[in-house]
Amino acid sequence: MGHCISMKPSAKMAKLVPLLAVFFYLVCVSEAVFEDQVGKFDWRRQYVGKVLFASFDSPSQSSKKLFVATDKNIFASLNSRTGDLFWRHVDKMGPEGAVDTLLVNAQDALMVIGDGRLLRSWDTNVGGLNWEVVLDTGSFQAACFVGIQDTVKHVAVLKKTAISLHYLSNGHQKWVENLPDSDTVKYQAVYSGGGEEVFVLGMVPHSHLTITVYSLEDGEIIRQRSVEAPWLSSVESSCVVVGRGVLMCVDNYTQALYTLAIQAEDSPQFRQVLLQSLDLEVSQDFQPVLVSTQPHPARSPLPEFFLQLGPDHHILLQLSEDGSTIAPLRDFQPAFLVSFATTGEKTVAAVMAPKNTTACAVNLFSADSGRRLLDTTVIFPLDANGGKPQKLYVHAFLKKDDSVGYRVLVQTEDHALTFIQQPGRVVWTREEALADVVTMEMVDLPLTGTQAELEGEFGKKADGLLPMVMKRLSSQVILLQAWMAHLWKLFYEARKPRSQIKNEVTIETLSRDEFNLQKMMVMVTASGKLFGIDSKSGTILWKHYLENVQPNAAFKLIVQRTTAHFPHPPQCTLLIKDKDTGLATLHVFNPIFGRKSQISLPALPRPILQSLLLPVIDQDYAKCLLLVDDQYKVTAFPSTKNVMQQLQEMASSIFFYLVDSEQGTLSGFRLRKDLSSELIWEVVLPTEVQKIVAVKGKRPSEHVHSQGRVMGDRSVLYKYLNPNLLAVVTESTDTHPERAFVGMFLVDGVTGRIIHEAVQRKARGPIHFVHSENWVVYEYWNTKSRRNEFSVLELFEGTELYNSTVFSSLDRPHLPQVLQQSYIFPSPITTMEATLTEKGITSRHLLVGLPSGAILSLPKMFLDPRRPEVVNEHSREENLIPYAPEMPIRTEWFINYNQTISRLKGIYTAPSGLESTCLVVAYGLDIYQTRVYPSKQFDVLKDDYDYVLISSVLFALFFATMISKRLAEVKLLNRAWR
Amino acid sequence: MASGGPSFLLLSMVPTILLLCIDFACCNTGRRTSDGLDTDFTGFSVPLEHSFEVDDVSQFRVRGALQLRGGRETSVSLSQNQLSEEDRSTLKEVAAVDGLYRIRVPRVSLSADRQSDRPMDGFLTAFVRACSLVESHLSDVITLHTDVSGFLIGVSIVTIPGACRGTEVEDEVDLEAFNTTLNVIAPTNAPQPETALFIERMDMENEKRGKPQEQKSFFAKYWMYIVPLVLFLMMSGAQDQSGGGAGGGGANGGR
Repeated sequence: MGHCISMKPSAKMAKLVPLLAVFFYLVCVSEAVFEDQVGKFDWRRQYVGKVLFASFDSPSQSSKKLFVATDKNIFASLNSRTGDLFWRHVDKMGPEGAVDTLLVNAQDALMVIGDGRLLRSWDTNVGGLNWEVVLDTGSFQAACFVGIQDTVKHVAVLKKTAISLHYLSNGHQKWVENLPDSDTVKYQAVYSGGGEEVFVLGMVPHSHLTITVYSLEDGEIIRQRSVEAPWLSSVESSCVVVGRGVLMCVDNYTQALYTLAIQAEDSPQFRQVLLQSLDLEVSQDFQPVLVSTQPHPARSPLPEFFLQLGPDHHILLQLSEDGSTIAPLRDFQPAFLVSFATTGEKTVAAVMAPKNTTACAVNLFSADSGRRLLDTTVIFPLDANGGKPQKLYVHAFLKKDDSVGYRVLVQTEDHALTFIQQPGRVVWTREEALADVVTMEMVDLPLTGTQAELEGEFGKKADGLLPMVMKRLSSQVILLQAWMAHLWKLFYEARKPRSQIKNEVTIETLSRDEFNLQKMMVMVTASGKLFGIDSKSGTILWKHYLENVQPNAAFKLIVQRTTAHFPHPPQCTLLIKDKDTGLATLHVFNPIFGRKSQISLPALPRPILQSLLLPVIDQDYAKCLLLVDDQYKVTAFPSTKNVMQQLQEMASSIFFYLVDSEQGTLSGFRLRKDLSSELIWEVVLPTEVQKIVAVKGKRPSEHVHSQGRVMGDRSVLYKYLNPNLLAVVTESTDTHPERAFVGMFLVDGVTGRIIHEAVQRKARGPIHFVHSENWVVYEYWNTKSRRNEFSVLELFEGTELYNSTVFSSLDRPHLPQVLQQSYIFPSPITTMEATLTEKGITSRHLLVGLPSGAILSLPKMFLDPRRPEVVNEHSREENLIPYAPEMPIRTEWFINYNQTISRLKGIYTAPSGLESTCLVVAYGLDIYQTRVYPSKQFDVLKDDYDYVLISSVLFALFFATMISKRLAEVKLLNRAWR
Repeated sequence: MASGGPSFLLLSMVPTILLLCIDFACCNTGRRTSDGLDTDFTGFSVPLEHSFEVDDVSQFRVRGALQLRGGRETSVSLSQNQLSEEDRSTLKEVAAVDGLYRIRVPRVSLSADRQSDRPMDGFLTAFVRACSLVESHLSDVITLHTDVSGFLIGVSIVTIPGACRGTEVEDEVDLEAFNTTLNVIAPTNAPQPETALFIERMDMENEKRGKPQEQKSFFAKYWMYIVPLVLFLMMSGAQDQSGGGAGGGGANGGR
């Protein structure tokens, strides 16, 4: 895989060696992982998203398959024993690939996709596509299987204006018929009860219901009926078919159930059954819901059905054989969720009821009698950091003794799936919220207890000589104790066989490793659930669900205090902003344990425009967060006296900027002593010409090791390292391929000075860019050549520094030199990020996410505007690569080999304790964590480093020198005597 | 203007697209307000205003007038008044409390055809520390930035030198008149991937390496081996034939 045969370094054997190793390893050129390294430093988790439809395979105890279709347009099969994926089909994003419905019958899983655009049939055994047909245009309403004499051969798809019937075997269309009066009648349901007829139910709201009966054979209309129903507003939400073709509707306004025999030949009428007559009452402001079950598509539904009367009130009802009377079988209150399940000839109802504050109980009831089945209780533990149960999927099966056994899949509000077996064992849990990670941070793990004790000694306030001595002694004793415990553990574990030693990561055993390679990944998901994940193993260590988070909220995660300030716990703040109102809330938590901090939060009554983290720290070492509201007033958090005092002192040197992309304005403000702010500069990009797409500053945690670059003639070209520089990207409003352009503005965030202004002609977005050190790399679509291109901008001060000691935006009168070069990139990209290391000595790589799911580690060396077109002595001296217009994509540069990441959305990089190593997390539908070594592992010794040889050589040389020295002395002496 | 004259650097001859265009307008000394301006019919003037207050509440007053001439060769010149006695003392006071010296220009379009459009409201503002302006003896560089279509999008002001060292400016004469350098910067065109040059270079390299051997046909390459072989075969074949014919003849004769 590379030129070095035995370069297999690992952190375990890692030893820091000085410069010698640098030269040693620079000789080797190898990028890819070795076969035995697969999965050693990296892991991937695959997700499917929020489940919309779920279905179990055959109703037998041994069946392992579970099918889900999700809001991420995914159809997948899960192993119900382990929760792992059997297979997964990822369709197009957006409404084009949205799953309208999922129908499963034996080996066929039918899906209607993209609002009735496609009809697909999957083989559930292997996940292969049986067939796919393109449906006629029209928005999708409903679909159902159509079967006669217990065999299902067709599927009916109801659209707004037409109904079509397809063969299940090959998808061919048997017939398609236009629906009568489809401009006035809303068709909403299709039903088949096993006969030769297909019923289509439509309605005119608050007027009447229409029943159109089609012949299964040729699609002819057998009969059409219209029934008065002035109370009816939607068939879909308030009606179900129960028993032998009886349409059952519930109406909240009249507080009544309505029944109608839809198969009746003559003109039928709705029959009203007042809820009062059944001694039932609907809870206030609750829309009652009917749930029925049709165990087999070729047979009519069961006469039993559920009626939900309130958020926690369900009732099981039964329609009599002749359809004339409704009788309540059993009342369930409280009961959150109900679900029917069928196995063999038996149909059961599962009901979830609250047991106590920490658990729910699921019980099975016989559907035809309402009797409770014995020994069927399953306990579902309610997670305090999770959401409420939302959906219940029951997999019932017949046990050997012919009794009904079952397993349940519970979906909670936080998109988590929990699979439970009798009598209440949680088999697995899938955190599907992680399929939509919005933002993340990596936090250092805390020190071990012993290290922390030592640190704490210095952290505490000193109070006299004697207490200090006592403190020192006590901490020494604790250290000794810990060391003894460690030795005992080593001794104890050494006796056990290796396989028994479990290396399970738990929150208690978390501690920083020698090189800080293991960190806590704090992930924020769109659903409002926060996760703490161990970066080494991918284990979820904590989770916290934030209720009442709007679905369109924007998140910003800020690390206010790192782990470095023991005994103060680390502190993260999540800024949650409602996109419509702009109002923001703060959630402050400890990133290691996920617990919410008991800190008084500032009141934020006004919309927040901007947030900035200042390097100002309070007496508890928490960095100060400034929140700017729409009146340009500033709120500080934490707002202790200490912080306020510092803020007032520094006010005149605190600047911030605001971007209004709708008006095209960039404006700069300066803080006043009273925490109001004044406008000091304004740049306006007219929106008629271009609109601001993105603004990016540099990462504050970034270190730049070298101030300049040594050129071929030994002079130094100094970098323009402005920490306040903003890269503003615009796109032209004119989208004509000849006139479209992309604008790149480099603006100083303090003075508002436009440092550089460039337009990329005949280009359009989407733009992906990285702004770091003294360079900006951006990628755009060239509309003329129809290809993706990379462009790199580098800023240099020249061969002399204006002020080498400190950088001030206010005192830098000369504009930097700007060098730029562009390259062709042979692939579109989805996201881009640059590697980051502890001290910035290691050369940089760009991590480019490709739509294929691969992450390309592209050396920044290839994106260097100083690449010469004509090679000369100087450029050779400088190791510049000659310019080539096309950027190569080498497969060995893929850092995730075959572990592709679906729908890659973002890449996060974090430095580790080793200068050579950068931690990378890529997230999208999947999450992938790995390490990259942009300049190889120059500070790590390889696994098979020959210690014996090197030390024996050293000793031999040492003795040789000793002996030769002695000999030389003797010789000298002899010569002197002579 | 008479001394320097508008020297401009125009890198493109494409008429419709405004390429890099930096104009160095005359360093106006304020003392020559009348002769600096050539009357131009396409040109127009916008006020350049400044504000420096001890209490930092901006009150903009006219500092001078920017003479803008649009079209293909954008040029800008500035005529400005001297600072009054009162202004000078205020400026020094502001400098003493580390206040800001702000300037602003209205949002206008430099290109001639856009001037008839509705005037845009609003201003573009920039600032510099008042102390650095005082210490540089009012030597400042004002840069006007335009976008691709000639709209003014930003203004910036820096002083040379830019630092505040706390040196006292005793001589009042140094604070009388601005020594301003005025630039107009339009966006540069970012380079496209340089394919033509690369291909040319590749060709050159190939040429340098010497012409590659022409692809000769198999026969042309090995004719010296094939011809003798064929000749040899023909000769031997002819012998065989004649021998065989003779033999056959003998057999016939024998029957």
